[in-house]
Amino acid sequence: MSVEILLPAMSPTMTEGNIAKWTKREGEKVSPGDVIAEIETDKAIMELETDEDGVMGKILVDEGAEGIAVGTLIAVILEDGENASVLDGITASVVSVPSAPPLSISAEQSDTNVTAPVTVSAPEADFPEGTGFSNMTVREALRDAMAEEMRLDDSVFVMGEEVAEYQGAYKVTQGLLQEFGEERVIDTPITEHGFAGLGVGAAMANLRPVVEFMTFNFAMQAIDQIVNSAAKTNYMSGGQIRCPIVFRGPNGAAARVGAQHSQNYASWYAHIPGLIVIAPYSAADCKGLLKAAIKNPNPVIFLENEITYGYSFDVPDLDDYTVPIGKASIVRKGSDVTLVAYSIGVKFALDAAEKLASDGIDAEVIDLRTIRPLDMETIIESVKKTNRVVCVEEGWATCSVSSEISARLMEGAFDYLDAPVTRVTNEDVPMPYAANLEKLAVVNDERIVAAAKTVCYKEDK
Amino acid sequence: MTKKSVPRKTKSGKPAARRKAVKKNTPTATNDELMEYYKGMLLMRRFEEKAGQMYGMGLIGGFCHLYIGQEAVVTGIQATLKDGDSVLTSYRDHAHMLACKIDPKLILAELTGRATGISKGKGGSMHMFSVEHGFYGGHGIVGAQVPIGAGLAFAHKYRKNDNVSVTYFGDGAVNQGQVYESFNMAKLWNLPVIFVIENNQYAMGTSIARSSSEVELFRRGESFKIKGESVDGMDVFAVREAAERAVAKCRAGDGPALLEMKTYRYRGHSMSDPAKYRSKEEVSKMRAEFDPIDQVKKRILDANILSEDDLKVIDKDIKALVSEAADFAQNSAEPHPSELYTDVLVAE
Ligand SMILES: Cc1ncc(C[n+]2csc(CCOP(=O)(O)OP(=O)(O)O)c2C)c(N)n1
Ligand SMILES: [Mg+2]
Repeated sequence: MSVEILLPAMSPTMTEGNIAKWTKREGEKVSPGDVIAEIETDKAIMELETDEDGVMGKILVDEGAEGIAVGTLIAVILEDGENASVLDGITASVVSVPSAPPLSISAEQSDTNVTAPVTVSAPEADFPEGTGFSNMTVREALRDAMAEEMRLDDSVFVMGEEVAEYQGAYKVTQGLLQEFGEERVIDTPITEHGFAGLGVGAAMANLRPVVEFMTFNFAMQAIDQIVNSAAKTNYMSGGQIRCPIVFRGPNGAAARVGAQHSQNYASWYAHIPGLIVIAPYSAADCKGLLKAAIKNPNPVIFLENEITYGYSFDVPDLDDYTVPIGKASIVRKGSDVTLVAYSIGVKFALDAAEKLASDGIDAEVIDLRTIRPLDMETIIESVKKTNRVVCVEEGWATCSVSSEISARLMEGAFDYLDAPVTRVTNEDVPMPYAANLEKLAVVNDERIVAAAKTVCYKEDK
Repeated sequence: MTKKSVPRKTKSGKPAARRKAVKKNTPTATNDELMEYYKGMLLMRRFEEKAGQMYGMGLIGGFCHLYIGQEAVVTGIQATLKDGDSVLTSYRDHAHMLACKIDPKLILAELTGRATGISKGKGGSMHMFSVEHGFYGGHGIVGAQVPIGAGLAFAHKYRKNDNVSVTYFGDGAVNQGQVYESFNMAKLWNLPVIFVIENNQYAMGTSIARSSSEVELFRRGESFKIKGESVDGMDVFAVREAAERAVAKCRAGDGPALLEMKTYRYRGHSMSDPAKYRSKEEVSKMRAEFDPIDQVKKRILDANILSEDDLKVIDKDIKALVSEAADFAQNSAEPHPSELYTDVLVAE
């Protein structure tokens, strides 16, 4: 029996790929484990192996072809001795995978596609006239920030699991080893508590470590060193011992990686005096704030988001571009309701604002960018205008950043509020694995729209 | 590697009639054992190949870590266990579940996130459990299963039964501090835990030489007075023999034990690993010369237990079993939305 080779998904986020190379030609023998092609994915060039014993019967997509959808029939392997006539008439086509059979009840599901890259132009206002912009991904912006700071200050070094030779598990440290060498770009063993503590020690000795956690889920192994050593020593030493360290890595839900790998730690760290907590969204902010974080003399928790790594934005071509820590940014001006968000929540809020606009509600969107210290001034100024706030957070509601904002609005802007401050967050459950449940668990733009309408006292018709 | 099939006489006698031992320089095995391990390992391999294909089709999401190449480790060890023993491992857990005799349907249904999955679709590839089969996960955090495994052993000792806990972890996990905290307590309290280091030589893209000051991992227990043993983890009989000693010691109240299994994974760390950190030749050499399934297959053929044709029939049957499991998974519905809120706390 011949075996159809479909272009496989080779990462949790891959939707299409390029055929970089066929390593087996038609008529050539193949055995289990043989590489038959090299496929370029969104992150890397991957080898496509076969499990089959047989002969490469027909190649249906040419070498060099780009943007081939996952699931496309790209080749057929024949069993040894099988007649090649079975190949007649076969062409490249997308073979659809049957979706799960429907539930007996209709599961209400929103179709928020969180993986589609978006391009956002920078708001003009903030930059000197004539500033040029380069379009780049969040991943590239973060890498550039580290590279620039490493060039400027030789006490800056990068340390973490797979940051050097592997070029980063999510390719954020791509090229750093090549430029700065193994003394400054250091692969660690899997020993988070150990290397976080080591980083703290190095920082106390006035080096400037940038410690990458492969994801912040794994920083829980290290949280004692972050909280008890990094955050408190300056205070306990009466200001003698500084800890200029950046802990960075992806935070929050990725895609289908389940309960132990999908958590938002923003409010955990925001709880701790002695830490600075940053969680930007756009590539420009990622670059400018990571540079500011590395220059800062305090321990900084820098929360990235895996899903946004591939998003592209305009980044200003300015020398040594930094963004001030502790300053929120108004990413959309509006007058009816204020949506306060951070990290990927900003995308949900912007999407919601678009939808609200078509319903005649003019939403203002604030990107917090820094979580600790919180820029309440910017929020309150906005509330004075809109009198309504919806907090958006890809994380749990209880004791969240949104809860904190809500409390501070009660204290500082009670008289300006015309409706209760509302939190739109993930569901209060560990992250489920099943695709349908995961969608239900994570915050989305539809829920923000509904909440905004409620605080504007506008019902859906 | 393709052998011409030589017709041989197929025996279909019952166990007692076939206790003829096959002698080699590796430990002895009965014909039944050879066949049992062969089938068990082949099921793991075909299952993982299917999981890989289903991941490629988008039916499995997130991370998916395959066990291909390492089959002899879990097969040899599980052969020495009995009812009531506890087992746990990392996220690379599919084969451990098969070795615990968990129905492949329930595993594939979990991998595809369906209501019929062993965790009702809520756990996924890395987080699967079956109390009924003594399987305590399926852990996504590197090294976290090690103290938990010591805790399961603590419970066995506390209850004064002679069961053991088998705690599997990787060559990367051995560098986590909690592993050594566990070693100390396990020895201090003589817990019946068998620490099994599955040394497949890589932790994601980091080779053991790049991550470890002491690469002889069986020695990692020495300062806790745990004597370790290094074992050829590609030879199911060598694994079983070492496991028998370790298990007997723990059952007799003389735990813990530490086994380092030298093994190899053929595939990338997970489905999204381009695996540029090792050469293609290194992988092909391991496959061609040390494959755990081929080793057993050779012994079956050399001892004339079954013919190449007979083995093809077995392979076909196993493939059919796996396909059936895949169909079951694909034809199962996703969890009911109300499941989102269940199992957060135990209802009273
Ligand atoms: C605490 C923690 N840190 C990092 C990771 C990411 N990670 C997952 S598997 C892995 C490599 C583990 O290698 P090893 O222990 O050798 O097991 P193997 O994958 O080879 O079976 C890493 C770094 C994680 N899951 N948990
Ligand atoms: Mg390993």
